[in-house]
Amino acid sequence: MFDPQILIAGVLNGLLAGGIYVLVAVGLTLIYGVLHIINFAHGSLLMLAMYAVFFLWRLSGIDPYLALPIVVAGSFVFGYLLYRGLIGRLSHGRDENILLLTLGVSIVIDNAALLFFGGDTQTVEVPYAGDAIEIGAAFLPIPKLISFGAALLICLVLGLFMARTDTGKAIRAVARERQGARLAGIDVEKIFAISYGIGIACLGAAACLLMPTFYVTPQSGYAFVLVAFTTVVLGGMGSFVGAAIGGFLIGVTESLGGLLLGEQLGQIGISLIFILILLFKPTGLFGSKA
Amino acid sequence: MAPQRCCVLEVGSLRAGYGAIEILRGVDLTVGAGEIVALLGSNGAGKSTLNNNISGLYRPFGGTIRFDGTDIAGVASTRIVEAGLIQVPEGRRVFPNLSVRDNLELGSYRRGKPKRAQNLERVATLFPRLRERWMQPAGTLSGGEQQMLAIGRGLMGEPRLLILDEPSLGLSPLLVEEMFTLIGRLNTDGLALLLVEQNVVQSLAIAHRAYVLENGRIALSGKASELAQNPELRKSYLGH
Repeated sequence: MFDPQILIAGVLNGLLAGGIYVLVAVGLTLIYGVLHIINFAHGSLLMLAMYAVFFLWRLSGIDPYLALPIVVAGSFVFGYLLYRGLIGRLSHGRDENILLLTLGVSIVIDNAALLFFGGDTQTVEVPYAGDAIEIGAAFLPIPKLISFGAALLICLVLGLFMARTDTGKAIRAVARERQGARLAGIDVEKIFAISYGIGIACLGAAACLLMPTFYVTPQSGYAFVLVAFTTVVLGGMGSFVGAAIGGFLIGVTESLGGLLLGEQLGQIGISLIFILILLFKPTGLFGSKA
Repeated sequence: MAPQRCCVLEVGSLRAGYGAIEILRGVDLTVGAGEIVALLGSNGAGKSTLNNNISGLYRPFGGTIRFDGTDIAGVASTRIVEAGLIQVPEGRRVFPNLSVRDNLELGSYRRGKPKRAQNLERVATLFPRLRERWMQPAGTLSGGEQQMLAIGRGLMGEPRLLILDEPSLGLSPLLVEEMFTLIGRLNTDGLALLLVEQNVVQSLAIAHRAYVLENGRIALSGKASELAQNPELRKSYLGH
């Protein structure tokens, strides 16, 4: 059981699983960093995106991976409009209102999903779902390799977008200095909506990468978002690098925890790492002081 | 024929404030082309309220604000910046997490984008200290450097009128001197400036005209050289 070969396999599998966590957490941390709110609708929106992937496959036969551009674009537009039409409009710029609104949106979406899609477990069937390659003792499923690579690539593109483009710079500017941004002619409300849209687009990507090996029910979002909350706090609220590293760390912890303690108890490792890190660095791995 | 324009900025009977509290109770003020106009007044006189209403951060209760002949009262800040009315705010308000260069680039987010590279070079020449700190996060700069950066960011938008809100606040006497020299230099290039200051002596020395704001009203106005000799002003602001 403690054979190094098996440990390495566990680490590799954990890293691969972490890719999804990273995407979900990056979206959450972006929204937190810019809007200074916890997006309570995150899990429900992930679930909605997963259903979108499922129905695209079932009704049009579109492969989940090929659906990625459609679902990502659709998720961005959905997030943008949700902020513009509802969250931004009704919050009157007050953080606590945004908080309550996102929670309300989440409740509505969850119950609408239950009403329209039913509570049954739905899966996408793809021929490559069981394919894997073997490296030593490690047995690496192809869909997980793809999701890992795609998650890294998406983070890279997002990082470049934030560093190089005017919109990316404006997002970072608004995150820290709204008044200064307004006086530079930046439309702060629009930047909020774009940030929210990008956060949701990350969920769209995660949904496409998840569906070949996962199932969807109206409750599917929760499992991932709980982990994402942990990741965001662990990495440092609002930090991209923190969310990315935190996501992989959680993936590995979960995988090794499962290996050592059994599948049922594997999640304990996450809480343990979480408590340990916050004990020694309360701002999280890459968090700055308030 | 184009309508007659008296000035770049023309504020008429402006009433403004926050919520139910009226702070400005009928303010009239103009800035002509190529002019430096000083707006003086003690803390709480309503100087920043006036600025922020001109810049579109708040909607005035009443009165007019005309920029280049167009009424801009209550217009969104993005459109006011687009028109070329740019404010360098009190407290600098630079983006602490962005590099000096990125801060400057965002100065041309809404306006002046086609000449961004050229203007970056111009600002870097104007403030050699910023060039030395080019890739450093703005939050690590000293107060004086941040003030230069805030002005540089304002210039990147190719202003037709630049409002400087307390540019000398918190600077060492030597830097204050430097700041006023710079303001004079910006104006010799033809830029109209509204200089909002508590530093009465130096502001009057550099400005063409000045207004003194007290309790939300213009208490005194006129040529800067004449105001500098005004016994009332000397008594309340200079103590002699």
